[in-house]
Amino acid sequence: MTVHTTSPQFKQNAARALHDSQLQKALGNVKQGFIDKRQAAADKLPEFEALRDSARDIKNHTLEHLDLYLEAYEQKVTASGGHVHFARNADEARRIILDICRDAGAKTVTKGKSMISEEIEINRHLEANGIKPVETDLGEYIIQLRNELPSHIIAPAVHLNATQVEQDFRRVHKQFDAKRDLSEPVQLLTEARAVLRERFLAADVGITGANFLVAETGTSIIVTNEGNGDLTQILPKTHIVLASIEKLVPTLEDVSQLLRVLARSATGQEMSVYTTFSTGPRRAGDADGPENYHVVLIDNGRSSMLGTSFEEMLRCIRCGACMNHCPVYHAVGGHAYGWVYPGPMGAVLTPSLIGVDKAGHLPNASTFCGRCESVCPVRIPLPKLMRHWREREFERHLAPASVRSGLGLWGFFARRPSLYRFATRAAMATLGFAGRQRGRFSWLPLAKGWTKHRDFPAPQGETFQARWQRERNRRTA
Amino acid sequence: MSARDEIFAGIRRSLGVNGSETIRRQIVQDRLERAPKGVIPARGQVSGDERIALFKTMAEASLATVTEVNSPGEVPQSIALFLRNHNLPATLRMGDDPRLKAMPWGETTLEISHGPSQGGDLNAVSHAFGGVAETGTLAMVSGHENPSTLNFLPDNHIIVVSAKDIASDYESVWNRVRFSFGKGSMPRTVNWITGPSRSGDIEQTLLLGAHGPRRLHVIVVRE
Repeated sequence: MTVHTTSPQFKQNAARALHDSQLQKALGNVKQGFIDKRQAAADKLPEFEALRDSARDIKNHTLEHLDLYLEAYEQKVTASGGHVHFARNADEARRIILDICRDAGAKTVTKGKSMISEEIEINRHLEANGIKPVETDLGEYIIQLRNELPSHIIAPAVHLNATQVEQDFRRVHKQFDAKRDLSEPVQLLTEARAVLRERFLAADVGITGANFLVAETGTSIIVTNEGNGDLTQILPKTHIVLASIEKLVPTLEDVSQLLRVLARSATGQEMSVYTTFSTGPRRAGDADGPENYHVVLIDNGRSSMLGTSFEEMLRCIRCGACMNHCPVYHAVGGHAYGWVYPGPMGAVLTPSLIGVDKAGHLPNASTFCGRCESVCPVRIPLPKLMRHWREREFERHLAPASVRSGLGLWGFFARRPSLYRFATRAAMATLGFAGRQRGRFSWLPLAKGWTKHRDFPAPQGETFQARWQRERNRRTA
Repeated sequence: MSARDEIFAGIRRSLGVNGSETIRRQIVQDRLERAPKGVIPARGQVSGDERIALFKTMAEASLATVTEVNSPGEVPQSIALFLRNHNLPATLRMGDDPRLKAMPWGETTLEISHGPSQGGDLNAVSHAFGGVAETGTLAMVSGHENPSTLNFLPDNHIIVVSAKDIASDYESVWNRVRFSFGKGSMPRTVNWITGPSRSGDIEQTLLLGAHGPRRLHVIVVRE
């Protein structure tokens, strides 16, 4: 399939993002909100670190036995009256979903927020086939109106300000008085609620993702704060669950462990407002709920990550903590990454899913500060995995010539220690002397990329190695 | 090869297994049967009044309101008072729950209707299957007794929960679900509800009443 991505243009995307004042204003909300709330929630639960270990172990155990848990899960879904479909890739998944929608005679489809549905571009496919998909998560609804991708995996419209949303609502919601007041966020919410309520009641099919699947019971789970996922799945006659194969966990106890770290890591809530466990279609005697229940299990590159160093990435529960804590994400936002998954988790996952040739340079957009790993609820070593991609990119000669020759030059000196010491001492002494007046440089040869945006601090005139030697001599003397 | 077979073959190739190893099958079967608990936070491990008090504190922290009554007979008056205090119409939608049905609704002027919601109901009451003190969460099970649509469509949702059904942790609720529905079986839907509907999608500002109820009111029945 054709993957629609601007990942190869990350550098240009990032440059544009840095000069986008609306975006920069909106990104301020990420830095302020998420970090403190997560920390407060973690501090309130003494067992939080132990739960992170537990969550990591559950995911590792499941991945090691994924074939068997998938069998058990499939059996349970079927026994409860549901249907399980397997899709190797996005094309197959789209075909299966379209067939189900056609069987249901669907004209409109409501959708709960689902990253895998973005990955397989299901909206584009449904529209091309005359079926209208309606995103119902407020953030997703807003970006659907704008024909954009989500810029964050749990806060899809985090790159926007209220005034931009107001403009979109005025442009699209023509049924309301043009002079209505929409200056407060709550007025925007109320309007979206009214518009979407009608869509919920009219939809023929509801599509949701799944935060988890439970093998013990054949249950799919969604976690929301709005309740949109629930209205999406209980009102229409047919409920379709889209899930990638690594969403599986063994038991209700296991998923309860993971739920204890998910909301706290994501939004800093003790628990999200709605956690919904769905098993099969409506039962005899039920007064509501869908009559048909389908699960589409999608591989799309996951099974080939198993058994490699990137298997650890399959533990990801999509909380967004890594991007909330990422200085690069704070600076450029999610769209610069060019595909569905931004931030550190996207930098690791995207090359796996769409190819190192298209996205192999995303892992370079990292300061390797390690904050992502320090907050990951399932302890994915994101910096290590980004380094793996960098090595592969270099091995496959995908890095640009200037980077390769620069690294080659450095390598020449690094393999000759006395020459390295001589050259660095000479360079530091020169820079130290030249910068002794101001203490910083606003221009340096070969360092334009740095000095264009900020000054380069002048070195003290001595190298680290030289100082280390001096201090050690003094101590042993 | 079907998509299904190819996915299984791919997983097994990557894991270096063939799927018929007795020991792996044993490990999986054992975990599914025993369902080990993992780490249970100490916070919820209290009993009696202390547990009810924790439930109340946590539910209120999630922006629900909580009131306590001494017997099921006091519930209708309590709901009438809640609606009056918020200037809401004296209407109420509910399912066939026998515990709710047995309450003296005739003592109030509430206009009661029954069945799932089609979207036009302002107020609804449901009876919870249980509660979880650890986070102030309510556990609801689907069925004609408490239709799931009542949890989401009305603007004001009232949930009645028996004090004896408020557990320390989620795991205790799962044990009760297994006891009621059988091990490995589930009702169509279990809803955990922690507070009223909300969204932070516009500039990270917390706003209540996104798509679900704007208000969540919990009535804990002692006795």
